[in-house]
Amino acid sequence: MKLQQISVFIENQSGRLYDVANLLGQNGINIRALSLADTSDFGILRLIVNNPESAYKILKDNEFTVGRTEVVAVEVKDRPGGLAEILGALSRNEINVEYMYAFVEPTGSRAIMIFRFDETDKAVEKLSAEGFTLIPGSKIYGI
Amino acid sequence: MIWNQQYETMPRDELRKLQLMRLKQLVENVYHRVPFYRCSFDKAGVKPEDIKSLDDLQRLPFTYKQDMRDNYPFGMFAVPQEQVVRIHASSGTTGKPTVVGYTARDVDTWAELMARTMSAAGVGRGDILQNAYGYGLFTGGLGAHYGAEKIGASVIPISGGNSKKQLMLLKDFGSTAISCTPSYALSLYETAIEEGIKIEDLKLRVGVFGAEPWTDAMRQEIESKWQIDALDIYGLSEIIGPGVGYECVEEKRGMHISEDHFIVETINPDTGEVLPAGEEGELVFTTITKEAIPLIRYRTRDITSLITDPCKCGRSSVRMRKVTGRSDDMLIIRGVNVFPSQVEAIIVTKQELSPHYLLIVDRVDNLDTLEVQIELAEGIFMDRISRLQDLSRAVEKEIKDMIGVTCKVRIVEHKTIARSEGKAMRVLDKRKL
Repeated sequence: MKLQQISVFIENQSGRLYDVANLLGQNGINIRALSLADTSDFGILRLIVNNPESAYKILKDNEFTVGRTEVVAVEVKDRPGGLAEILGALSRNEINVEYMYAFVEPTGSRAIMIFRFDETDKAVEKLSAEGFTLIPGSKIYGI
Repeated sequence: MIWNQQYETMPRDELRKLQLMRLKQLVENVYHRVPFYRCSFDKAGVKPEDIKSLDDLQRLPFTYKQDMRDNYPFGMFAVPQEQVVRIHASSGTTGKPTVVGYTARDVDTWAELMARTMSAAGVGRGDILQNAYGYGLFTGGLGAHYGAEKIGASVIPISGGNSKKQLMLLKDFGSTAISCTPSYALSLYETAIEEGIKIEDLKLRVGVFGAEPWTDAMRQEIESKWQIDALDIYGLSEIIGPGVGYECVEEKRGMHISEDHFIVETINPDTGEVLPAGEEGELVFTTITKEAIPLIRYRTRDITSLITDPCKCGRSSVRMRKVTGRSDDMLIIRGVNVFPSQVEAIIVTKQELSPHYLLIVDRVDNLDTLEVQIELAEGIFMDRISRLQDLSRAVEKEIKDMIGVTCKVRIVEHKTIARSEGKAMRVLDKRKL
């Protein structure tokens, strides 16, 4: 119930983000979701892609500073309070969120939240027990 | 003004006799008291009795900063520790500092040398000296302090930094002389202008500047901005601290070396061969009067040349020109000696960082800046911003704590720092000196 996220360390230089996107595009990698966190000196681009193994290898072969992290995709009910329900469950179980970002399925039927936890296994166990829908990597990659 | 007429103007043949006598005593002394020297002399096949003339000095082996490190902390001392009344330290090439000790007589000698320095700059009784060199392990503050007290000046031991307070005292106390690094003098001027201080209202008339290399162009800038005489001084803690060389206000051309206390040579840094006076090479000093930690042919790594022409001021001593470079990779940043290897020693303890780094030194608004670029290590990249920020802050703090210089650490992408085939390029010095 976990999925692979690719992170790329990027210095704040013009064109660097383009380099990543262009390289992935030329190699047939499709980006499903992304988030960019930045400071004045550098940024970290986090990507969910259709083929994490191959994306990781391509970036690495091209001298990018790249890492892989396990994250969890959770379905968010499309109604007021949908996100709060998940966060409430995490809070009750004392699970910290490192960061998170959202995207919507192409069909538009449901929103998906990508979470990065400190204790990923515990989060998966508790969220499942509380009845939330976790979406496996295979489904997300193939969207 | 000449502080010590007898020694500063001593005829050269007499001076050479004095040097030889002191050199013989020194060699005899260290051979019997410092195991390091006994060992190195034996290895070179020289006995104290082989030193019959000043030229025989060349038979003695060199002493390096590394030797001081190998004998850390007190192994180079030639007197029992209970005779040591002061201990200073400067940067070593890696983690451990270079330690120097002083006997009571050494402290007197040092004060004498700085008294000569101050007098040569025209500072004397009645002057108020604002001493903005750092006090502490660094020799600058206390060195200037003792010398200025000896000549009877009123010393303000304000130490470095805190520009607004410096300016307040400069104005309210009517300081007539200041001692600090030349770049700080320029930086202080900028603050003075910002604070609306009128230079012509100040009583400042002379500055004694050192602890970092500077040019004659900088001298002219300081002199015209502050409307003072700006004098250069030279020193390094291994030899004694500030006071090894000093300019006279009469010529401001080269720093007089107190040859009754030091024998100076210039050598080819690659071959060790002694060069004729006037040729550019590495400065090598032998301390012929120091008791606690005498040094034989100490390699300063500073590159310059000697002037043997007589000086208008009447001093008979040889002069050294401004230091034009180094024969090693030491940097002087805001008066602090920094070796790339010191930074490297800190970086290699961090597994998240690679040993590929670059020190970028610049001068912004007359103050030196240091940026340390370090590549992330391969394979341990973290996806969290906070971890990377903590990491760069931790390195900044360690550099500040261990080396004493404030810097900015910038973590950069893998393989962005140029690789070199031979010796790694560790430093990019953008300062125009």
